[in-house]
Amino acid sequence: MKDTLFTIISNLPLTSSVYKMKLKGDTTGIKAGQFVDIRIPGRYLRRPISVCDVQDGILTIIYKVVGVGTEDLSLMMEGSSLKIMSELGNGYDLSLAGERPLLLGGGVGVPPLYYLAKELKKMDKDVTIILGFNNKSEIFYEEEFKALGVKTIITTVDGSYGIKGFVTSAMPDDYSYTYACGPMPMLKAVYDHAKTSGQYSMEQRMGCGYGACMGCATPTVNGYKRVCKDGPIFYKEEILWPTQK
Amino acid sequence: MANTKVELCGIELDNPVIIASGNFNYGYEFMEVFDINMLGTFSFKGTTKEPRLGNPLPRIAECPNGLINSVGLQNPGMDKVIEVELPRLREVYHKKVMANICGFSLEEYVENCARIDKEDIVGWIELNISCPNVKHGGMAFGTDAKQAADLVRAVKRVVTKPLIVKLSPNVTDIVAIAKAVEEAGADGISLINTVLAMKIDIKTRKPVLANIMGGYSGPGIFPIAVRMVYQVASAVKIPVVGLGGVSSAEDVLEMIMAGATAVEVGSDILIDPLSAKRIVEDLPRVMEKYNIKDLKEIRGVAYNG
Repeated sequence: MKDTLFTIISNLPLTSSVYKMKLKGDTTGIKAGQFVDIRIPGRYLRRPISVCDVQDGILTIIYKVVGVGTEDLSLMMEGSSLKIMSELGNGYDLSLAGERPLLLGGGVGVPPLYYLAKELKKMDKDVTIILGFNNKSEIFYEEEFKALGVKTIITTVDGSYGIKGFVTSAMPDDYSYTYACGPMPMLKAVYDHAKTSGQYSMEQRMGCGYGACMGCATPTVNGYKRVCKDGPIFYKEEILWPTQK
Repeated sequence: MANTKVELCGIELDNPVIIASGNFNYGYEFMEVFDINMLGTFSFKGTTKEPRLGNPLPRIAECPNGLINSVGLQNPGMDKVIEVELPRLREVYHKKVMANICGFSLEEYVENCARIDKEDIVGWIELNISCPNVKHGGMAFGTDAKQAADLVRAVKRVVTKPLIVKLSPNVTDIVAIAKAVEEAGADGISLINTVLAMKIDIKTRKPVLANIMGGYSGPGIFPIAVRMVYQVASAVKIPVVGLGGVSSAEDVLEMIMAGATAVEVGSDILIDPLSAKRIVEDLPRVMEKYNIKDLKEIRGVAYNG
């Protein structure tokens, strides 16, 4: 874990509520599946945001404006500095991917899968990704995934683009492993449909983001785990869904 | 060079900065962030006899100048603390730790305190009678002077280490409770625990916290804490540990001027893992700035000066 200053290089909207921010700073040691915790001037708690990409000392994050903190973030100008805790969370375990990993992302669950897909392509894996959105206007990063050489499938709930339905409507028959990130109902659906083991990225309201406060501790098969420190990536076998309590 | 040393219930601290319970687990895992031996000390996570899973999620809500939490004393339980957590701590930490102990009945408090009292690494027992997030225990003992005094008397019979009683601000007359626990034999008092609070999401029209209410901490409660430390420290003879929203060396001095012997830092750790280290490092310089050679000079000057 590190707490350093990053400088905003760009901060642009991808859709009406989703923004992409590029920041320059100390990115060494950041792994796919980890998140950063950003101090936003005037807001008490930091905002945890997943890592979308790290390349040549540039950190890319993609975030959705969901409240006052992310709204402030969306208004920040290039050249401004942000105090950012990095290298937070466990990150993905790439060793279990097999040869044909299937990635599934829903909405703002898509960004961390980009860095994952990039790492898996470096390992010469045959990667397929299904990106789920509500409608055509919310779609982002289709071209970016294609540029990585990843087989990219889009689903929209209203059928305005790609396959109509949820990500589970487009799951192929043959894949070696599952990586999923998105809202809880989507994760649960993937969990129920998936034929393989996998890793699921969980989200929870956090206090500290580095394991100190127990604010985000969530029940698992192996007892309570801190989403921020023991997660946010959990193996399928250890997940306990809220209804199973 | 300014002298930052203070004595708390017969044990010398290199500096008055103590990390407050619930912000640092059992300490050892933060060695990767900074050398925790530079602290005055820290108070470990509120520990109960049985393991506790804590309250349902969400447990954290942001509010102006702080946060509201309803973690609910999630902890591994006394057996695991003694068998696993404290041995790990001993490997890296060479000072005495403050043991924050909670319970759900007088009998449980007494048993927990008697057990933790035998651990060599424990310097003080901080009796948590002020957690707002558990039913039938915690704050129930801290909001009634007679119950608080009875509990302190019972615990004092079984412990040898200094007993510091952590008080709740959610009372009408904190001085009455402070005096009651002093009379019952408490060796020190720490205050304040979090302030009972809530947050409603105006989009969903529902409380943010699954537990509805929680405890407010952060700089927003600092003036309340200073006021209560002042009231209590000027009314009792035993040492007072001040906490509630402390986030700078200046805040430490203010607490000591209000009558505190030592100071705990809580929420600031959550938004800045290096907060306590920064405060410890800043303290001598800030003391010099205000012409303070020794912290003893300023203790309680706000009412004694």
